[in-house]
Amino acid sequence: MELQAVLMAAGGGSRMMDLTYNTPKPLLPVGNKPLIWYPLNLLERVGFEEVIVITTKEVQKMISTDPKVKLDVKMKLDLVCIQEDADMGTADALRHIQQKVKTDVLVVSCDLITDAALHEVVDLFRAHNATLSMLMSKAHEFTETVPGQKGKKKTGEQRDFVGVDDTGKRLLFMANEADLDEGVVIRKSIMRKHPRMHIKTGLVDAHLYCLKKSVVDFLADNKSISSIRGELVPYLVRKQFSKSTNSPKVIDETHQNLKKNDSNVNLEIQISSRDEELLHLTQERSCWNDHRGDMSDAYHGGRLRCYVHIMDEGICYRVNTLAAYIEANRLAPKLFDEPAVHPSAVVSERCLIGADSIIGASCQISDKTSIKRSTIGVSTTVREKVKVTNSIIMHGVTIEEGCNIQGSVICSNAVIGRGADIKYCLVGSAQRIEPDGEHTTASPHLAITHSPTPLYSN
Amino acid sequence: MKRESIVPAACAAVTYTVLCHPHHHTVFIVLTDGPGNKDDITRSKNEGKELSKEEKQRLRKQKKQQKKQKERKNEKSETEKEKTPVSLLPPPRPVATQKAPSALPAPASAPIPVPASAPFHSSPAPSPADKPAKSKAELKAERRARQETDRAAKQPGSSSSGIKTKVPLSELNPVVKRLPEHVQVDDPAVVKRLAKKLERQQIPLRSDYGYKVSLFSHLHQYSRKAPLTQQLSIPSTVIHPSIVRLGLQYSQGIVAGSNARSVALLHAFKQVIRDYTTPPNEELSRDLVNKLKPYISFLNQCRPLSASMGNAIKYIKKEISNIPSQCKEEEAKTKLLTCIDRYIEEKIVLAAKAISKYAIEKISDGDVILVYGCSSLVNNILCEAFEKSRKFRVIVVDSRPRLEGREALRRLVQRGISCTYVLISALSYILPEVSKVFLGAHALLANGYVMSRVGTSQIALVARTFNVPVLVCCETYKFCEKVQTDSFVSNELDDPDDLMVTRKGKTQLENWQDVSSLGLLNLVYDVTPPDFVDLVITDLGMIPCTSVPVVLRVKNLDQ
Repeated sequence: MELQAVLMAAGGGSRMMDLTYNTPKPLLPVGNKPLIWYPLNLLERVGFEEVIVITTKEVQKMISTDPKVKLDVKMKLDLVCIQEDADMGTADALRHIQQKVKTDVLVVSCDLITDAALHEVVDLFRAHNATLSMLMSKAHEFTETVPGQKGKKKTGEQRDFVGVDDTGKRLLFMANEADLDEGVVIRKSIMRKHPRMHIKTGLVDAHLYCLKKSVVDFLADNKSISSIRGELVPYLVRKQFSKSTNSPKVIDETHQNLKKNDSNVNLEIQISSRDEELLHLTQERSCWNDHRGDMSDAYHGGRLRCYVHIMDEGICYRVNTLAAYIEANRLAPKLFDEPAVHPSAVVSERCLIGADSIIGASCQISDKTSIKRSTIGVSTTVREKVKVTNSIIMHGVTIEEGCNIQGSVICSNAVIGRGADIKYCLVGSAQRIEPDGEHTTASPHLAITHSPTPLYSN
Repeated sequence: MKRESIVPAACAAVTYTVLCHPHHHTVFIVLTDGPGNKDDITRSKNEGKELSKEEKQRLRKQKKQQKKQKERKNEKSETEKEKTPVSLLPPPRPVATQKAPSALPAPASAPIPVPASAPFHSSPAPSPADKPAKSKAELKAERRARQETDRAAKQPGSSSSGIKTKVPLSELNPVVKRLPEHVQVDDPAVVKRLAKKLERQQIPLRSDYGYKVSLFSHLHQYSRKAPLTQQLSIPSTVIHPSIVRLGLQYSQGIVAGSNARSVALLHAFKQVIRDYTTPPNEELSRDLVNKLKPYISFLNQCRPLSASMGNAIKYIKKEISNIPSQCKEEEAKTKLLTCIDRYIEEKIVLAAKAISKYAIEKISDGDVILVYGCSSLVNNILCEAFEKSRKFRVIVVDSRPRLEGREALRRLVQRGISCTYVLISALSYILPEVSKVFLGAHALLANGYVMSRVGTSQIALVARTFNVPVLVCCETYKFCEKVQTDSFVSNELDDPDDLMVTRKGKTQLENWQDVSSLGLLNLVYDVTPPDFVDLVITDLGMIPCTSVPVVLRVKNLDQ
């Protein structure tokens, strides 16, 4: 077996608490499918037959019991539950399943929606015998206005600095602005080996990693690393150029300093494989070099290599903020070709449904409604004379007649009273909007969540 | 007794000599080229016994072929039609795989009576089918010879006793061999057959890319941006992961060079053998060979196999089939792994050492040595010579688009050898300074031609003009039975987009596909005639180019 797929679905969705306080993030509906369906579909399309899914007990229960959550995948899902309150990072989760990992792993995050050609990432991993290979994409500006936010999105988020070499494939440097004190510090040894480095900041990390098995074993010994993206990846990128990884003498010392020495020694050992001398002979006789201009052999004699594939075009979103969620809802339908209107939905003839809207199963759309650029969830009832534009309506929502909903997100099981006028708001789960209310972003009650009692209009 | 028979008009060029053997009362025909060489006839008289048996075998084969042709005519008329154009190819595509013409340019030395007589036989081979008009005496003689062969066949133990040379029967086969599929890409029937075969083996078909220059439209041309892995599932289940990795490394050029490719191939096969388990009710010797076939097709699709790889594969297949059936699986696997290690050690590593030893004798102090491209063997020789404190300097000649000379330059300068670097366009400028030329080879063909990186024949030609000795260094495992006299018949077309170069942000050939009259050609190999090569240094010693068939024959005998 070549690769095992691991899907990380235990995240909490801390940056969109408005949406996730009731529904766990992997089960948020995007285009009327649970969010977890998208990476699973990606893996299935590419040819995987089994996936190890690391998730919480709550999600596992909902997957097995809730009829609205249908996963529709033919692969065998091996669900591994972890405690929700254990605060495990992704690397901790990987350590947890170390026994199940028998070969190299492909780690995917549950909030990834992409149509990337995975073979590009895996080909880099295979061809260069890399330790790490990951996927990144050029970030696109989000064009939709986000409910609950005045004006455009602030760009105060911490930037990621990613340094690649001239070919654009080899990963030389990775750091987050939060970890840097004053400026970007690049070691001279890296500059000597790769005189031309391109540093990019506008990239979205897709959180899709191909890791060698030795890395998983290394994690088992190193309990201090808890996040793949935050700690493991920068560590591996730095280790490419560290002296200890490249010097052959380290192998002799291991027998004495197994416990004492830094764990990068263990990582080094497992990089070498059987038939090492044949591989060495091949490299010696091959007239190929990955760089030119200096006197060193291919890969500068380094054993640890990290590669990245940067997508220029195509869809690649990580649904971890509200803005991304809305954007994903717009674009996700392009990823699958099911009909826009579900066959089991009851749609009356005198309603106007735009071409880019999606109607979920068992919906009831009454007369004289107008639905444009929106997503209507499963089992939603929309009464007469309702205008829904640019919005996301989740499952089980009831919208009484005469409502006007624009640019909003209505979470599951909410009830919108008659004649309500909702513009750019987020209505939380199971909330009730009383009739004839008018709510816009300007009003103080812009994100209507958590309140047990219905709100009064101004 | 000798009698000249009536020669049919069509065979006027060949004279027949009819001999009557005193003992057997057989009349058999010895076909000689030209006005009957006396030595030939005395020789054939002495070896009369052997020749008669070989004649008998030939006639037996003839009968079989006629029968087969009659059968096939009724069933598959298309394949017949395919075969006839194959056998009657126009001159620019000589039948490369037919062994017969190979012996013609090579001097028919005395201990090779069989291949020498094969060409004489190949011309009448289609003749029984094509030319019904024959002289009565000849027909009678043939019939009598056939009777004798039948009688001889009934006698036990007499058939194989007299044959001196243990040549495998396949060499006597007069039927035209099929052309390999990779040189018939413009024939849709062949492409369809290949597609069917790949579908059966569950391997994706790689599609050709871009406009092909018409002279080379019979070869594949792939694009590096469309790797074969696009169509494979990602945890590859059909093909072993190490083979997928190897195919990727071939197609991206990470493993390049004849020796490197063979070593990498054997390394991957070792992994395959390690991970192999015999399914129930199957024998390892047969099942493993069947398992390897789709892998080889896959590698062929990624990049056409080299001659050295072909020989390595033949060796492995032979080793696998020779495993006795009662051998246990673990034992068989370890045996195979040690065989592979031994092959690499003998044919590649030790051969390189032997070649360096011979070559260093040829390098004297004060020499100026010219090398072309990056040949692992030549680099090895130069580094060893430098370590043995020979004083020489090297001129590295390089050419686009591969620019492999840069890598050779780096390796030599790293050792401390003083080097000069030129492009091939400066060859005639630099040659007056050169004292010898060392060239590496991708393969040595059976007629003495050297197949090597494109540009090598130019170097040899210009060196010959300047009277500079040209020495080709090649291990014996790269000798192959193919015969080629030009670089068109069988070659490799690399990605044409490699020829595009970007200078100051502008790529002139960016839209070359839009220009209908423009074709980009990126050849990989060319053949150098033996007249331009002065010496071939192999692990068996230093031989002239024309002795390659001898080495091949000796190799076949060994096996």
